[in-house]
Amino acid sequence: MMNHDVSPPVLAEAPPAPRPARRLFWPRIGFAGTLGGSIILFWLVMALFGGHFAPHDATEMLDADVFEPINWLYPFGTDYLGRDILSRVLAGARQTVGIALAATVLAALGGLLAGLAAAVIGGWFDAILSRTLDAMISIPSKLFGLILVAAFGSSILVLIPTLAVIYLPGCYRLVRAAAVNVAKLDFVLVARARGEGSFYIMTREVLPNIVGPVLADFGLRFVYVVLLLSSLSFLGLGVQPPDADWGSLVRENIGGLPYGAPAVIMPAVAIASLTISINMLIDSLFGRNTDRKGAH
Amino acid sequence: MTKMTQSADSGAAPLVEVRNLKVVARGEDGREFPIVKDVSFSVERGEVVALIGESGSGKTTIALAMMGHARGGCRIAGGRVRLGDSEVTALSDAGLADLRGRRVAYIAQSAAAAFNPSRTIMTQVVESALIHKTATRAEAEIKARALFKALALPDPDRVGDRYPHQVSGGQLQRLLAAMALITDPELVIFDEPTTALDVTTQIEVLKAFKAVVRDRGTTGLYVSHDLAVVTQVADHIVVLRDGAIREVGATGQIIDAPRDDYTRSLIAAAEPQPRGAALLAEPSAPLLEVNGLTAGYGGVDSAGMPYIPVLNDVGFRIHRGSTLGVIGESGCGKSTLARVIAGLMPRARGSVKLDGRILAPAIGSRSREELRRIQIVFQMADTALNPATTVGKVLSRPLAFYHGLSGPALDRRVAELLDLVKLPRKLAARKPAELSGGQKQRINLARALAAKPDLILCDEVTSALDTVVAAAILDLLAELQRELGVSYMFISHDLKTVRAICDDIMVLYAGCKVEAGSREAMAKPPHHPYTDLLTASVPEMRMGWLEGAGAHTGAFASMHGGRVVSRAGCAFYPRCPLGIEGLCDRERPPLRPTVRGTEIACHRSDGDLMGLTVHGTEIAGHRSDLDVMGRPSAGQRSPTIAATSI
Repeated sequence: MMNHDVSPPVLAEAPPAPRPARRLFWPRIGFAGTLGGSIILFWLVMALFGGHFAPHDATEMLDADVFEPINWLYPFGTDYLGRDILSRVLAGARQTVGIALAATVLAALGGLLAGLAAAVIGGWFDAILSRTLDAMISIPSKLFGLILVAAFGSSILVLIPTLAVIYLPGCYRLVRAAAVNVAKLDFVLVARARGEGSFYIMTREVLPNIVGPVLADFGLRFVYVVLLLSSLSFLGLGVQPPDADWGSLVRENIGGLPYGAPAVIMPAVAIASLTISINMLIDSLFGRNTDRKGAH
Repeated sequence: MTKMTQSADSGAAPLVEVRNLKVVARGEDGREFPIVKDVSFSVERGEVVALIGESGSGKTTIALAMMGHARGGCRIAGGRVRLGDSEVTALSDAGLADLRGRRVAYIAQSAAAAFNPSRTIMTQVVESALIHKTATRAEAEIKARALFKALALPDPDRVGDRYPHQVSGGQLQRLLAAMALITDPELVIFDEPTTALDVTTQIEVLKAFKAVVRDRGTTGLYVSHDLAVVTQVADHIVVLRDGAIREVGATGQIIDAPRDDYTRSLIAAAEPQPRGAALLAEPSAPLLEVNGLTAGYGGVDSAGMPYIPVLNDVGFRIHRGSTLGVIGESGCGKSTLARVIAGLMPRARGSVKLDGRILAPAIGSRSREELRRIQIVFQMADTALNPATTVGKVLSRPLAFYHGLSGPALDRRVAELLDLVKLPRKLAARKPAELSGGQKQRINLARALAAKPDLILCDEVTSALDTVVAAAILDLLAELQRELGVSYMFISHDLKTVRAICDDIMVLYAGCKVEAGSREAMAKPPHHPYTDLLTASVPEMRMGWLEGAGAHTGAFASMHGGRVVSRAGCAFYPRCPLGIEGLCDRERPPLRPTVRGTEIACHRSDGDLMGLTVHGTEIAGHRSDLDVMGRPSAGQRSPTIAATSI
């Protein structure tokens, strides 16, 4: 409201500032963001179509020589049974990305719904829900995962809900904290005075104003889920043979460590590349422009 | 301007000289645009110059440039600022650090935000003297106490031992002034120091500031949007708009003979004219009837009364097509009243009737039709609109919700609503952040109107707006009332605004109704002592007003300082000049009719209260030769202080 040039209309309002050039949601994300985004895209494509790009069959024992170093035939070397590691990493992408994504979506949706409800309804509902989920946060996540998997056996159908339950309370905390601040603003009060129901206020008035932190949290939580899933698999409680995600690839080839075999390194590198690139993308998306209101 | 140039020519160079100052801000797109354009003015030693303008006029930016400071995202792009013998704009960081707090001091708008809550007041007041090594701790504390005394702070010897939350807002603002003055700065910048205060407090703070500035010969730069306040303290006024100077002149000339059109519109807007009162003949059944309303926060005790009562036994009526003004200081319960009526807060006792039918206390138990008929508009236009949706969506929702509109009918109605509040239709596609404050408030009104309500609760709807914009909103409210026959409950702390728009006025003090009546009846005495105090505290755009008017305000406090009142007594007793010991402090006065047809809650008779105005002027007359400090006031030395120094 500062850079306009008009003759002073008596008893009239100043016109607003000329509209700043509208920027679409996809803002300039910088080099780090672009790099991160490309790597994520690459792994998503691999999760869907990894099999087509794999040079070999992921389950076939191709070579008598185990723990081979990097060579032209096997770019990432071979594993403890002489299988091609590149093919196995590409096949594992589906397990890791798929399970982690499903679990994160479940955790985020559950946390979002519960957090919004707690912030908008408040009172006893909020108190009971918050204390219950706080109690869940206090359980060490890996132990909790171990117990659940040990009790129900390991299958993808157990793994996904387990991971979701473990990460739901954290997501709830974040959503509730952000939503509580929005829920006490005047426009929410106006909606309440209008007689709007809680669900409308949650989804239409509050949710659009906390999308930023929720999406950022979604990305970070995906990283945690990937890491926990890999840890469980490394402990032998995650994805079971003959399928293999990246965590179990590290585990089954751990015997190659003394020989410096790429079979141990490459799945670990895959895990690192995915988690780091998600962080890079999120940082560049939400690191700046945090102040959504025009400062005057 | 001419006078200032002359004095500059006549030898003694002015203390502060600003030449062609340019400040630019960086927009979101990275381009820089000017926010202060080529501003030049000067401040003579010992005079106070006011920078006046609306928000966005660059007044604070200019004031900060005096310290060589530009806010984040801004920078001083050109021109020069000279203070005494140093070029502020050319100083190094070390030079600026030496300058700030010692040679230039800054008094911020929000004293509460300027004090560290975890340290005592004295530690913070003497801090800059210690940093700049102008005094030892002991010397500084002695000086601070002298300043506390000069600023008319109660208990000057011990107020420094307290923490910021232990003193009132008005006192904190004066303590902030003491903090600024501790190093005897050459220039003091007052940045809207009384804007956040109630009128009754503002008057005390202004008096204290003025006395100190006069006695110490301080040079001041007073930033404000309020012409009436500025008239009391400034020798010269610089009128700003959009970062450029519109007019510079002596205070008397600006007020009495403004040359610029914009200055004229500012002056016109500061004195709101009564808007056409609703001329509905029959006082038929009231639209809204409130009886014995009691509400508050916290839990409830065994009798069902809230632990922290905010409203106490408030009752009133609003007739169709008329406006009730609710006025009182911050914390008097006026916003709570609106929230209880809207059902946003529970009530402990009493009833709210709409067209004779009792409304349920909570929103959940009211029918959609009942909700539709009462709409609420809030003060902060910024937070009352969802920043994530467009204006069109904001207006569509109540239309769909209450009237079931959709498709082209909905779009047509949105366009009509925008016409109604005099905004261009293309605004429907914009988001709230792209609108100005006045436009946002118009959208808020349009949203309330979308419901086709019978009653709109306006909670300080113009308080956060610039004077000129607020005047336009008042015009719009009056016009809508004429066209649509809607009723308003208009809540405000500003007596002028309430008088301009309301048919009936109700004065609240500490949650109690102390006086009520029609606008005409309320224009004449007798008044409740509190109403009288409020009226006397509203600054008038007249030089010398501060010296005479509101003098009994000071008398109130000095006469009965430290009086306590039991919960059963009259809440105003501690500040009342007419309080009767043994009666007013024990018994709450009932509302009784007066000769003028108003209602007053006071033990005193009409005759006594009539005498208050006379009595008040007596006090004023008696005290006007002594200022707050008990020294001969400027009013005696010359007709007006401002005239002397020009």
